[in-house]
Amino acid sequence: MSSVTATNPFVDRVGQIRWADLAPFIALAVIIFIGTMINSNFMSSANLVNVITRSAFIAIIAVGATFVIVSGGLDLSVGSMMAFVTGIMIMAMNGLAPAYGNWAILMGAGVALVVGGLCGLFNGLIITVGRIEPFIVTLGTMGIFRAFITFMTDGGSLPIDRGLREAYRPVYFGNFLGIPYPVLITLVVVLVAAFLLYRTKYGRRLTAIGSNTDVARFSGVHVGKVRTMAYVIQGLCVAIAAICYVPRLGAATPTTGQLWELQVITAVVIGGTLLRGGKGRVWGTVAGALILEVIANVMVLSDMISEYLVAAVQGAIIIIAMLAHRFTRSR
Amino acid sequence: MNVLAAKVSRAVRSVPSRDAVLRAEGLGKAYGPITVLSDVSLDIRPGEVHAIIGENGAGKSTLMKLLSGHVRPTAGHISIEGQPVEYADAVEAEALGIVLVHQEILLAPHLTVAENLFLGKELGRGLLVDDRRMNQLTAEVLARVGSTARPRDEVGNLPLAQRQLVQIARALLEERKVVIFDEPTAVLANDEVSALLDIVRALRERGVGILYISHRLEEVQAVADRITVLRDGKMIGTWQADDLDQRQMAELMVGRELRMLYPAKRPATSAAPILEVVDLDVENGQQIASFQLRPGEVLGFGGMIGSGRTELFEGLLGLRSSTATTVVLSGRQLTNRSVGSLMEGGLVYLTEDRKGKGLLLDERLAPNLTLQALETSNPELTLDGRREIGLLKSAVEKYDIRVPSLLLDAGKLSGGNQQKLLLAKVMMTDPSVVIIDEPTRGIDIGNKGQIYEFIDTMVRSGKACIVISSELPELVGLSDRVLVMREGRVVAELGGEDITEQNVIYAATSASHGRQGRDEK
Repeated sequence: MSSVTATNPFVDRVGQIRWADLAPFIALAVIIFIGTMINSNFMSSANLVNVITRSAFIAIIAVGATFVIVSGGLDLSVGSMMAFVTGIMIMAMNGLAPAYGNWAILMGAGVALVVGGLCGLFNGLIITVGRIEPFIVTLGTMGIFRAFITFMTDGGSLPIDRGLREAYRPVYFGNFLGIPYPVLITLVVVLVAAFLLYRTKYGRRLTAIGSNTDVARFSGVHVGKVRTMAYVIQGLCVAIAAICYVPRLGAATPTTGQLWELQVITAVVIGGTLLRGGKGRVWGTVAGALILEVIANVMVLSDMISEYLVAAVQGAIIIIAMLAHRFTRSR
Repeated sequence: MNVLAAKVSRAVRSVPSRDAVLRAEGLGKAYGPITVLSDVSLDIRPGEVHAIIGENGAGKSTLMKLLSGHVRPTAGHISIEGQPVEYADAVEAEALGIVLVHQEILLAPHLTVAENLFLGKELGRGLLVDDRRMNQLTAEVLARVGSTARPRDEVGNLPLAQRQLVQIARALLEERKVVIFDEPTAVLANDEVSALLDIVRALRERGVGILYISHRLEEVQAVADRITVLRDGKMIGTWQADDLDQRQMAELMVGRELRMLYPAKRPATSAAPILEVVDLDVENGQQIASFQLRPGEVLGFGGMIGSGRTELFEGLLGLRSSTATTVVLSGRQLTNRSVGSLMEGGLVYLTEDRKGKGLLLDERLAPNLTLQALETSNPELTLDGRREIGLLKSAVEKYDIRVPSLLLDAGKLSGGNQQKLLLAKVMMTDPSVVIIDEPTRGIDIGNKGQIYEFIDTMVRSGKACIVISSELPELVGLSDRVLVMREGRVVAELGGEDITEQNVIYAATSASHGRQGRDEK
């Protein structure tokens, strides 16, 4: 957090390497190594690009979740919110398409950002002004958003206008210099997030609140405002993920984003961010999102474990990560 | 001090009697190298009330916990009816007939009175609990302590005084040889206190030995047969209650010379007040006070722990709900009080709870230092790490914070250095009024001296300082003027020669109970 670590977050004073902070990256390397041993196709560029691109949604949302969790909060509603934002965005695009043609995509994306930000603001205000546990509030909004998308799709599918598909397709499938757009977007989101969290006064205050809310209050930090802002950032990240997601499947359904909140929280926690707040690792979060996707991919490529057990393995990982954390801390 | 000497010699002559039910010899407790209580020898006889008095931190509570098995002694021994005993925990002590009635209410709020009384020792018939019998026994013991609560009432719904009685009832559920009361009247109002003293007397008549801890001297005088005085973790002596009046008790509790630790007092000032507070009312009348502070003076706030001083100032800062007729700071009337707005007006508050509310223990020193004055220490949009380290370096030098490295976590510092870091942190905002709550709690004497000197220098340069302290020598040694609080109200103002430990403790303990019982920790 201080200036010295901001330049290189992995090196403590006197050049000592902080292994605990490197753990998610080492784990990722180990899993990639195992993947290579199991199936030679794993390392093919097509497979790797595919895996990394698919992890972009979770990574982007998890970056937002890092802010919420650093502040000592939690947002369970991200999966449902993502589906809801997707639905609103598609409806907006479809509605605007006849009048504005392909511009409707850009306008729809704008609508998504506004709606995502508002959803986050809604969560944040109820938590801070209403003084209700984030767990309860976002459990409630998780149900609300999920019901909304089911209602909007009438239980079926809400597809995007055929006329827009071609123009919108590249946002997921296209690339720039061989790097897929979702990966580039993730990179931009992460860079902005790291800047916000580590190099601005807002990030410092947010971390202070998560570290000890009373200390922040007694130091004159506007705790409510800062915490609410974290949920807004989460909402914006959800909207960005939705913008990347729509061209992939071209529709919103009642199951869009289902159980993503679990993957998102897992990615954040195995990335090294403390669940009780006060310490955030944005790059670790990205490593966490990659770990989840790579493991799923390795399981699909290998014949040893059924791919139906992917969620079980991911679930086991969060527990193992927490145990590892406990043991490295009690040195 | 001649009177004191006479008293002490008289105390030595009051030899322990033969028929003690509980006797402690050379009892002491040390945590590592820190001795909190040493060489206490006293006895409790059946059918007597033995009061223990002393200042905050004198070791009263430790003694209670040793005698009731909550804490194990590191020196000395305890005997019951002549038999040496050694109990591992409070349960064993209770089995031997020794029970402690805690100062805080330790009851499960959602359980009924009867369920609380029998918690952990439920009566049963086979696998089923025998509610009828427990309720019946509960009703009996409630009647004995004069409680109007019913066995099936939920404890959380009872008024505080009734909860206190339930707590006493729990202690008296079985026959006891010794009942220890730890400040039982801290939460009670006048009439409730006299009812409680009646319970104590009734127990005495049944032949129970009673150890009664209180800092309310009038109660002690009303109920005690003998009085033991503790000071600084040591036993000063035991007296017959008839031989001491309240003022003598206060003198014995204080009884030490002022050390040369404190800077000379500043000349009296007649400058216009920099801070004027009229009718500040915190949490619906829990604390109400009006006061003025002039530049160039140290205003002390004295009183016992729990007298509401911290709450009053947290209220002033808007950290607790509060209202005020007027708060004028540097000539400006404040309408909306918050830490931020007062900070802008030049007032800062340094909390007594440096680990819980003062510093981020898991964060580095620099972020801690600049958290309060983040805007001025980082004028740009982004954080300026180099500038922050520079600020930290000069703070470390100015406040003599001893650190092996500038990149430590704040939690790694010693208490004294943490306190200096906290001081540096609030001073970063360049305030003109500094409120310091317990400036030297839990820090060593060298650091204390430095903090006193710092306060003196600051005030001489025209700033103003409020010091809240439960350490009497500190309060007396630092303050140009002292307000004494008791039960959320200012009960005395002392100035000049009148600022003595005796006067402070007398005002803090001896004024009569004026208010209804109130909720406090």
